[in-house]
Amino acid sequence: MELERLSAVELGRRIAAGELKCSEVVRYFLDRSIERNAALNALIEIDEEALNAAEEIDRRSSRESRRSPLEGVPIVIKDILCMEGKRTTCASRMLENFTAPYTATAVKRLLDGGVLPIGRANMDEFAMGGSTETSYFGVTRNPWDLSRTPGGSSGGSAAALAAGMAPLAVGTDTGGSVRQPSAYCGVVGLKPTYGRISRYGLVAFASSLDQVGPMAHYVEDVAALLQLMAGPDGRDSTSLPAAVDDYLGALGKPLDGLRVGVISEHVEHPDVAPEVRQAVQRAITHLTDLGAALEQVHLALTRYAVPTYYLVAPSEASSNLSRYDGVHYGYRDRPAEGVESPLVSMMSRTRSHGFGDEVKRRVMLGTFALSAGYYDAYYKKALKVRRMIAEEMRRAFERVDVLVGPVAPTPAFSLGENADDPVRMYLQDQFTVAANLAGIPALAVPAGFNDQGLPLAVQLQGAPLSEATLLNVAYHLQQNRFFVPRVAEWK
Amino acid sequence: MQLTIEQVRKVAQLARLEFTEEQLESFSAQLASIISFVEQLKDVDTEGVEVLSHPHALQDALREDEVQEGLSRQAALANAPAHDGECFLVPPVLG
Repeated sequence: MELERLSAVELGRRIAAGELKCSEVVRYFLDRSIERNAALNALIEIDEEALNAAEEIDRRSSRESRRSPLEGVPIVIKDILCMEGKRTTCASRMLENFTAPYTATAVKRLLDGGVLPIGRANMDEFAMGGSTETSYFGVTRNPWDLSRTPGGSSGGSAAALAAGMAPLAVGTDTGGSVRQPSAYCGVVGLKPTYGRISRYGLVAFASSLDQVGPMAHYVEDVAALLQLMAGPDGRDSTSLPAAVDDYLGALGKPLDGLRVGVISEHVEHPDVAPEVRQAVQRAITHLTDLGAALEQVHLALTRYAVPTYYLVAPSEASSNLSRYDGVHYGYRDRPAEGVESPLVSMMSRTRSHGFGDEVKRRVMLGTFALSAGYYDAYYKKALKVRRMIAEEMRRAFERVDVLVGPVAPTPAFSLGENADDPVRMYLQDQFTVAANLAGIPALAVPAGFNDQGLPLAVQLQGAPLSEATLLNVAYHLQQNRFFVPRVAEWK
Repeated sequence: MQLTIEQVRKVAQLARLEFTEEQLESFSAQLASIISFVEQLKDVDTEGVEVLSHPHALQDALREDEVQEGLSRQAALANAPAHDGECFLVPPVLG
């Protein structure tokens, strides 16, 4: 039985109905993960402990009510979300031996819903990167073409899904880190509204941009995951107090009267590959067939989104990562001999040897942008442009319900292709970072494959807290066979 | 923008990062190219625009002032590179 072809919601239903034993499901995905990870390096750690929880679920009487529609379904979690007693490395030497002392709220809610973590997903170090090449534990490969990147920073989560190692995954998205790998691996990935999912227990990169995001092959599975994780949290003062919508219940509602805006600047952008442009156009045709009204939308300021992002995010990162000083936890190096301050020497050497190059680049950039004499010209300027970008996007949502455009300019690129040119790598994010700057929800939706068999994708963006609408639109695209969930196989 | 090696050295010192001379040079070149790239923001007229440091204008995210369990000392020390059971241990501030 090819369990990897079933949706997580269907797996959950069969486990609850007694048609499948939970422990067999977990064993199946553990075996697949162990077997496929050798080629992909998608998971930093595979955790068989989930079998204990699975056996407990199997022992329970069928009269007991289910904790959630996903009870008993395996999941992989990006190695940046804390889980008590588990190693949480952020794919960094700095945290190679860090054991989380508490559990992130998002993970706690998954555990409370009976979802079973079976692995820690690889990622770019501290989520800084767009290719999972900056991981201290080695690159992750794209299951659709092993010579290519799965994207990043949540590349391990996306690759594990694409290879059918688990039916569910969690990533995080600071500038596109859920959506771009989802696009490169052909899965559905959501960056929710900033504050919709608690950040408590999520190792901080850029606190005003970071969001936890659900990922899966099927739209209903992403909706079910969001349903579990979303909602206010007393431990995160930036979590939104608004009540959580019924995301699963909203799926399938008719789209008549839906106003769809096409982002002209993104679709027509010269960096966009023809096949990506065609994918967006195909999505537009499907949405029109489903009763949506179309409109061209101009977002002139989004061309400044990448430069704004690459000042704001590194500035916040340089501040957040100052905590890694070899004192409270993490890697510690020895001080140099004969120095004035052994303490300062220990801290500097710890940071220099504990962080990889991309993390150091961003810490340096942020430190520069925040330093005396440059603060106004760089950091403050970026925060002003950030407001203008956010307001331009919010104005667009007075006229349309959903914006459609590309996720990334091209399908998955080859490993090493952008590694020596940071600016070219950063331009991979040009269509995704605006959603983080504005705090709005955005969804990567698969859009079939190109001639080389690489996944294509489109992006849907909406007003704050419009996740139910975005997921419903994507659900219609799935039901209309705009995309068909598929697991990658290779020899 | 031109970045001198001295400027990069100073930023590295502020960030508590150490580089070899070779690394300093390659980092200077990369930082300069990134900074030139972000400098296109100068083209945007931001006269009279307020900064946006946070996506949502949340206010008064307060809870009742009740005593709650925090992390135990033992748990807080568990990941420390060096401790004596009560305190974090570090090398001397002055050698």
